Amino acid sequence: MNAHTAASRRQLLQGMGALVVLISAPAEVLAQTAKITDGLPHPAELDSWIAIAADGKVTAFFGKPDVGLGVEMAIAQIVAEELDVPLDRVSIVMADTKRTCDQGGVSGSTGVQLGGAMLRGAAAEARRLLVEQASVKLGVATDKLEVRDGVVSVIGAPRKKVTYAQLIKGGRFDAKLDWNGKTGNTLLATGKAKPKTPDQYRLVGTSPKRRDIPGKVHGTYPYAADYRPPGMLHGRTIQPPVAGAKPVSVDEASIARFSRAKVLRKGDFIGVVAPREWDAIQAARTLKVTWSQGPSPLFDSETLYDHIRKAPVVKREVVQNLGAVDETLKGGGLLVEAEYEWPFQTHASMGPGCAVADVRPDGITLWNPSQKTFATAQGVAKLLGRPVESVHSIYVQGPGSYGRNDAGDACADAAVMSSLAGKPVRVQWMRADGHGWDPKGAASIHEVRAAIGADGKMAAYDYLSKGVNRMDVNTFEQDPQDFLAGQRLGFPNTPTPNFGTPEDSYVVPNRRMAWETIPKLMEGASPLRTSHLRDPLGPQIHFASESFIDECAAAAKADPVAFRLAHIQAPRHRAVIEAAAKAANWKAGPPGARRGGSGSTVTGTGFAYANRGQTIVAVVSEVEVDKTTGRVWPRRFWVAHECGLVINPDNLKLVIEGNVVHGASRALFEEVKFDADNVTTTDWISYPILGMEDAPETMEMVLLNRPDLPPSGAGEPSTRPVAAAIANAIYDATGARMRRAPFTRQRMKAALAKA
Amino acid sequence: MADQVSLTVDGKKRKVAADPRTPLLYILRDDLELNSPHFGCGLGQCGACTVQIDGKPVRSCVTPASAAEGKTVTTLIGLGTPEHPHPIQAAYIEEQTPQCGYCISGWMMTAAALLKEKPHPTDAEIREALAGLKCRCGTHMAIMRAVKRAAAMNV
Ligand code: FES
Ligand code: FES
Repeated sequence: MNAHTAASRRQLLQGMGALVVLISAPAEVLAQTAKITDGLPHPAELDSWIAIAADGKVTAFFGKPDVGLGVEMAIAQIVAEELDVPLDRVSIVMADTKRTCDQGGVSGSTGVQLGGAMLRGAAAEARRLLVEQASVKLGVATDKLEVRDGVVSVIGAPRKKVTYAQLIKGGRFDAKLDWNGKTGNTLLATGKAKPKTPDQYRLVGTSPKRRDIPGKVHGTYPYAADYRPPGMLHGRTIQPPVAGAKPVSVDEASIARFSRAKVLRKGDFIGVVAPREWDAIQAARTLKVTWSQGPSPLFDSETLYDHIRKAPVVKREVVQNLGAVDETLKGGGLLVEAEYEWPFQTHASMGPGCAVADVRPDGITLWNPSQKTFATAQGVAKLLGRPVESVHSIYVQGPGSYGRNDAGDACADAAVMSSLAGKPVRVQWMRADGHGWDPKGAASIHEVRAAIGADGKMAAYDYLSKGVNRMDVNTFEQDPQDFLAGQRLGFPNTPTPNFGTPEDSYVVPNRRMAWETIPKLMEGASPLRTSHLRDPLGPQIHFASESFIDECAAAAKADPVAFRLAHIQAPRHRAVIEAAAKAANWKAGPPGARRGGSGSTVTGTGFAYANRGQTIVAVVSEVEVDKTTGRVWPRRFWVAHECGLVINPDNLKLVIEGNVVHGASRALFEEVKFDADNVTTTDWISYPILGMEDAPETMEMVLLNRPDLPPSGAGEPSTRPVAAAIANAIYDATGARMRRAPFTRQRMKAALAKA
Repeated sequence: MADQVSLTVDGKKRKVAADPRTPLLYILRDDLELNSPHFGCGLGQCGACTVQIDGKPVRSCVTPASAAEGKTVTTLIGLGTPEHPHPIQAAYIEEQTPQCGYCISGWMMTAAALLKEKPHPTDAEIREALAGLKCRCGTHMAIMRAVKRAAAMNV
């Protein structure tokens, strides 16, 4: 292990961290950038993952960001665990195209699941090499050595010892890993070391507190929106009032009264910049643009579900087709049929998209909160026609993202504006841009049928999703077409049609699961283009499938939990369902049996469960329905959650809590509406979400820890059963079956009138 | 441009050359680099930009800087320090309340004002005081726990 310039570069960078340094020392920045480019981290090098400084401080380089769910701490726990160093000695550098390997970004709840596995192996390999070194130095076989707090000592003779810092002396490991040749989520590079077994864990499974929270609480934590490189301009993007309209002419004189405000135009893309933010905002509001007049591109969202029903099928896929479904459905027994509807929904992140781009002749820097740091670099490079190596994309946290929100779009806008202005540009979208123009979660209908046999079990089950394509713009925004700016600049959007069907483990001898997609509602840059929104299709698909199971139980006059268990053999799934029922003190009986309350306020309890990959979740919801106002209050929840090995139980509970509240908000309040011209729900009044007045009172959690199984992700799965659990609780309380989300007061009252 | 705004922010007297009609949010963020009030909506609908003026929570995105002229403005930085945190700050850390934390000025500044007025609010009073604020990450229950914990620290 010899000292090496790259290692000192590492340490230099480590200290750099915050941009504060960058801002006060721009000359140094350029020098450092030059040093960085001469040595991009390579996945097959251990030094790309773990560095130990001369003072014993450990830096792990993690190629995914933490969007605010506490992944940073989970990774630190894993690394500190495997290395046997104190947690506070470990810092994590996250998602930076010049400093970390491409581990795919935030994606499908894989942060701990896949990203953590990579770091676990790298840390274990680092430990193995250090212990080998210690063995030579101390003249004792490795199996006679132990490590604690970064000190390797002889078992039984603790005074014979050497520290990691003394061994590595601030140098490199210079060790190769066996790399599977992949980049992204599936990147894996392994060493010879065997990571610890769960019984050896000291840190994993405990709940140290997150390190970003004190800064957030004291107002000093830097978000992407807070970056201000010297000479930076504030930019705002101009969106057409009618979707699809193109600018015919722009009256630059119309903004002359705003100090140094300037119009930046490239093709159909228009931005406005000014040195002062308020000037940029006012100029963007004031700018006179003449737009092309064409036929209205959309239709009234009131007719959305009819539109989907009648629309031609672009693609159909039968995901599962067991036995003879149609024959069994026709062959008698109790037939249950229902159709469910789910609207477009928006991320509506707490702040609209914001990023800072500095496009220079010699390189591009992007400070951005896009979940896909590496893909964003590729997309921006292609958008501007520059080599991808010239782009340095640095993840900086923004408002929470729950999939592919508008962060990447704002970043692309900033890059286009900076390339036109020749200066760094910070773009923040306005609220109406965020609600109106972010990529949307897909709208769909779900037709489900089942035949229940004399044994009270489903003999046949037929499930069909029909909806808009799930992902018009790729959540990996590696092509210009995946950015709104790219579409405005004429890059054709050519998504692959795709939808989905439920994930569960019901055994039905005759079972068909299929999906169909319909044509895009409009071509060109669309405010209804879709992309992934937390648990991409989970909420809509399982709203339908888990409501339907409840409808079957009601038809069969069976207890919904018992009815589920009668169709499930998988032991892990049964364990989760049973744990949730037990926690909730579930009172057996068919839907309606748990009804309570008095006067105009009635209560009921509903059950739903699903898995997302290897993670299994069951949710019990108790609601209070006010029959006069139609208000549904999701008052109590019980959640059983199994995601393999639990790394940080307290944080896991908070992640689940956030998912369930977010899921309840979507089930009860959220619907993107549009008219023939454009999206009309462009603020928090027209697009209400759950607030403190409707927040649940209690949520009890059962975490089924399975140290024998790898961690399987928790950032999204608990979102998916929530809507059905609430709908089933509403039915239990009122006898009204909610088949269209969200369950607004108006819809609730209408359903009560019919029930 | 002789336009100037004078205010006291987080205990310091500050003078900024700016049009006094500019919303306070941009003066705090861009001129004074006090970044904790965030732009969430610019419409007074979400609370992400909340600061206190003379102890009262206001939404700085729709408050002209002139309204703070000669008054005392408090951001999260002035609410308490890591060494001497405000009870709501200590409670937020203890409860690990925020996820992204982008929303927290609204909740913490409003809760701090509530606790001053009513040191021991009931659940219903907390819900009422915090109604209308937005948190997209769904941390409402953790916020509730933090406010109650902070109230318990109030002697
Ligand atoms: S940003 Fe001021 S209330 Fe939303
Ligand atoms: S913590 Fe993310 S919006 Fe509240």
